[in-house]
Amino acid sequence: MIPAPEPAPGRTKLEIRGLEMTFRVEHEVRVLEDIDLDVREGEFVCILGPSGCGKSTLLNIVAGFLAPTAGSVKINGEEVRGPDPRRIFVFQERGVFPWLTVEGNIGFGLGRLPRGERERRIAHYVVLVGLQGFEKSYPQELSGGMKQRVEVARALAVDPDVLFLDEPFGALDSITRLVMRGELLRIWRAEQKTILFVTHDIEESVQLADRVVVMTARPARIRRIVPIDMPHPRDLSARRYLELRDGIFEEIGLAHKI
Amino acid sequence: MTPRRRLEAILLPAVAAAVLIALWHTAVKVTGTNVFPSPAAVARGLAELARKGLLLRYTRDSLLRVGAGYGLALLIGIPAGIFLGWRPGAARAANPVIQLLRPISPLAWIPVAIVLFGVSDASAIFLIFLASLFPILVAAMNGVRGVPAMYRDAGRNFGLSGTALLSRVIFPAALPEILAGLRIALGIAWIVVVAAEMIAVNSGLGYLVIDSRNAGKRYDLVVAAMLLIGVIGLLLNLLIERVSRLRAVRWGFREESA
Repeated sequence: MIPAPEPAPGRTKLEIRGLEMTFRVEHEVRVLEDIDLDVREGEFVCILGPSGCGKSTLLNIVAGFLAPTAGSVKINGEEVRGPDPRRIFVFQERGVFPWLTVEGNIGFGLGRLPRGERERRIAHYVVLVGLQGFEKSYPQELSGGMKQRVEVARALAVDPDVLFLDEPFGALDSITRLVMRGELLRIWRAEQKTILFVTHDIEESVQLADRVVVMTARPARIRRIVPIDMPHPRDLSARRYLELRDGIFEEIGLAHKI
Repeated sequence: MTPRRRLEAILLPAVAAAVLIALWHTAVKVTGTNVFPSPAAVARGLAELARKGLLLRYTRDSLLRVGAGYGLALLIGIPAGIFLGWRPGAARAANPVIQLLRPISPLAWIPVAIVLFGVSDASAIFLIFLASLFPILVAAMNGVRGVPAMYRDAGRNFGLSGTALLSRVIFPAALPEILAGLRIALGIAWIVVVAAEMIAVNSGLGYLVIDSRNAGKRYDLVVAAMLLIGVIGLLLNLLIERVSRLRAVRWGFREESA
């Protein structure tokens, strides 16, 4: 059922071994079981699973917000013991700070830099995410897609090596979501980050990822890892794309008809 | 606002006030009462107070007492509330006491205040302090407790902890709720100063009400003092409402910004 992780060429960035997570609320809830995963540097990996399967929990553990019940997470060979500015977590758009302007949000993690350098970086990332003219705006004056760009820019501004994205486009309308995927791929290529992206959207995972990690329902295990061997930009009507997509649909046990 | 709407916004309340004054005047004339003053008598009363210099002096005394008691409540209540909200253990310990003291009317403290501070400014200030403390304390505590975990996690992700996290994330995130508490507290403080001045001191607008009645049943001055109290209360509320329109906190007052 569970094949060994694909031997990944390139330097291993992230190493998950024997990860387990059990929550104790009123009774024990086993959320994650037997997770082994290697992610190489610069790779874009999507973690795909049904809602509530525990994939967000996995991301929160890898980001250092939660401690696992068993197993280990290593980044650059170093055990993860807490959140770290070298690895930034991007929430849904609600993670932007509403009391700060666009500039204030993007510059949030740059407090230690000299003023000139800070302003240069803010300006760079404002342009990268296409928010020129909105530098002094507050989040409540922006659309959902723009807020999401602010959050991505805030994350990129501190120049992390890894980005964790937890269903970042889930709250956006379908057109904006498609645009944002394109933007993310463009930024990923420009900035050479390792990306771990959690989603419940099969299409999204096949459009974005180098590899799709398909999870089971709770307790979540890795069901299969699907390499997406298509270069970007991907043709969403190409036969290979449809094959891969339908393969995952079948894997999850969904008839691809409605 | 269109010019027409703006004109209406001034004109309609003016008309309503004029109607009310006319009704008041008629009621006094028709009933032939010689206890309750007519609007004209109240206006003469106000002029008399102004001539004697009492109007400014009493208003100033009342405002100074409110300023001192409210200021003290703010200086103690905000840090204490933030601390309680930040440390769940401390909140659990202190909450029963807070919830027990909170519903006790500040007026019930008058005898205690007089025992502690005598018939003096300190008594009145103490009562105002008590009355404003609880709304401020509870708002700050709940504000901090209610800060979404996401903001906290994002702050930690950018390397913040301790006082830096508190001042850059927790406090700004809780500020709208703290301001709502400050606004409620100011309203209560203004109500309590009048009551406190009726008993504990020999100046101020509350004293003016009780003294005018006791010294020769001057009901024209009683009503004049009441009107003054109303107008100043209205101005205080407008003032603090201004603060909640600042851009950095406006996001927290969405329901009022129609």
